[in-house]
Amino acid sequence: MSRDKRTTEDDAIASLSDGMTIGIGGWGSRRKPMSLVRALLRSPLKDLTIVSYGGPDVGLLAAAGKIRRIIYGFVSLDSIALEPHWRAARQAGTIAEPVEYDEGMLQWALYAGSLRLPFLPTRAGLGSGVVDVNPSLRTVRSPYADGEELLAVPAIRLDAAFVHLNRSDMSGNAQFLGPDIYFDDLFLSACDPGHRYLSCERVVPTESLLDEGTFHTLRINRSMVDGVIEAPNGAHFTTCEPDYGRDEAFQKAYATAAANPDDWRAFSERFLQGSEAQYQAAVAEWKAQS
Amino acid sequence: MSTLADIVVIAAAEAFRGDGEIFASGMGTIPMLGARTARSTFEPDLMVSDGEAFYVGNELPIGGTNKVVEGWIPFRSVFDTLWGGRRHVMMGASQIDRFGNTNIANIGSWDRPKAQLLGVRGGPGNTINHSTSFFIPKHTANVFVAKVDMVSGLGYDRAAELSEWVQRNHRLPRVVTNLAVLDFNSADHSMRLVSVHPGVSVADVQAATSFELVIDGQVGETREPTDLEQAAIDRLDPRGLRHREVS
Repeated sequence: MSRDKRTTEDDAIASLSDGMTIGIGGWGSRRKPMSLVRALLRSPLKDLTIVSYGGPDVGLLAAAGKIRRIIYGFVSLDSIALEPHWRAARQAGTIAEPVEYDEGMLQWALYAGSLRLPFLPTRAGLGSGVVDVNPSLRTVRSPYADGEELLAVPAIRLDAAFVHLNRSDMSGNAQFLGPDIYFDDLFLSACDPGHRYLSCERVVPTESLLDEGTFHTLRINRSMVDGVIEAPNGAHFTTCEPDYGRDEAFQKAYATAAANPDDWRAFSERFLQGSEAQYQAAVAEWKAQS
Repeated sequence: MSTLADIVVIAAAEAFRGDGEIFASGMGTIPMLGARTARSTFEPDLMVSDGEAFYVGNELPIGGTNKVVEGWIPFRSVFDTLWGGRRHVMMGASQIDRFGNTNIANIGSWDRPKAQLLGVRGGPGNTINHSTSFFIPKHTANVFVAKVDMVSGLGYDRAAELSEWVQRNHRLPRVVTNLAVLDFNSADHSMRLVSVHPGVSVADVQAATSFELVIDGQVGETREPTDLEQAAIDRLDPRGLRHREVS
């Protein structure tokens, strides 16, 4: 029998420390581990380095002043192209150390980290503004006949990783049922053991893992996971196909509120001050009213 | 009678002519419609996606959901495909200069932008690995600038400083706007005016551009879609969403 790794968002966050490097799975406003992000917002943690294909996770953490450094491929809400909190933070200069990468470079950095290599070579980024604004990036020359100069994307190792999947057993054998795993497996494997947290819509017995999807969906196994959190609707308001799509109306309300400090204070008080259960209840009440 | 949007769609479709069996990717309604129209007419081998994670085998209208899935293309495979060179993307640009350096990232300095836009996203990897064309719905001197604020996509001058491999593979086939079609087929790869849309003059295009365009010989008029192409456009965009991007 495998180990029971079930825990809660708040216990997971309580195990972290200031200044850690945290990778957040998903993509834009898709299958983001939002219940863990909301717990992080409620915590006193600060001076974090965030690694993300960013969506509202980055927007919320930026607005809360949690981010000192961030390595990102982009920050977007997908159906709303520009993340309003991210825009405001960048334009106000409140992110001390933004590290902007090409989308593929970020995959390479995580892959290098997961393979314990110091870097991986690529052409993506060469000659672009990415090297202009990241002067610490270095190139490497092919040792073969071509002798080509390539960009050496430095590995990222994470202190903690958060991902949200559709199903998992209690020991972290997890399943994505939607169209794309994004880079969730890389976030977990680029992270040192100890703080690899996986939330999921439903914890199921191991023998039920193939009830809803083929073995191809089992890309995450328990050796990649330290803590499992059952979080129904935990990706809200981002997508979690096929369990639910993006809550576009709520995302719009979020983006509208984020554009105005008074509205944001009201939104924050209504939805983000209490526990995850209180968040879900407040959302249900909001939906009933609108 | 074709509308401006129809002419722009066919000009976008022409970017993919001769591409064969590669991933024709369009960001936004008109680029997507261009790729799908090319596939439905003169470039049937093109692969097109639903913009999420699947290659679509049937003729799928914009916003349509009745799709025949012919393949799976999650983001990881997108990167594999584009680094492998089996893709041609048509994307937008908030700024573009005479050598095709483009910016979708931010306006003003990167350190403290006046306006934070999308960030570089996949622009650096796209432009260094495969063909990248551009669609600009509003051709103005604020978009066609002397110098972009942040290089999200490489122009020919920057590519020329990199390896021979990059110079062989970096390709910006065309720029389609609401006024004209442009490319970089000039001696020094600076932007050349290929054709103007009906009712637009060469002077109009130059006046909306902050740098001097290359004009060699007679600049033609952008062609209208054929009847078959027009029928394809109407099938692919029955709700006329293209008219919201240019009119």
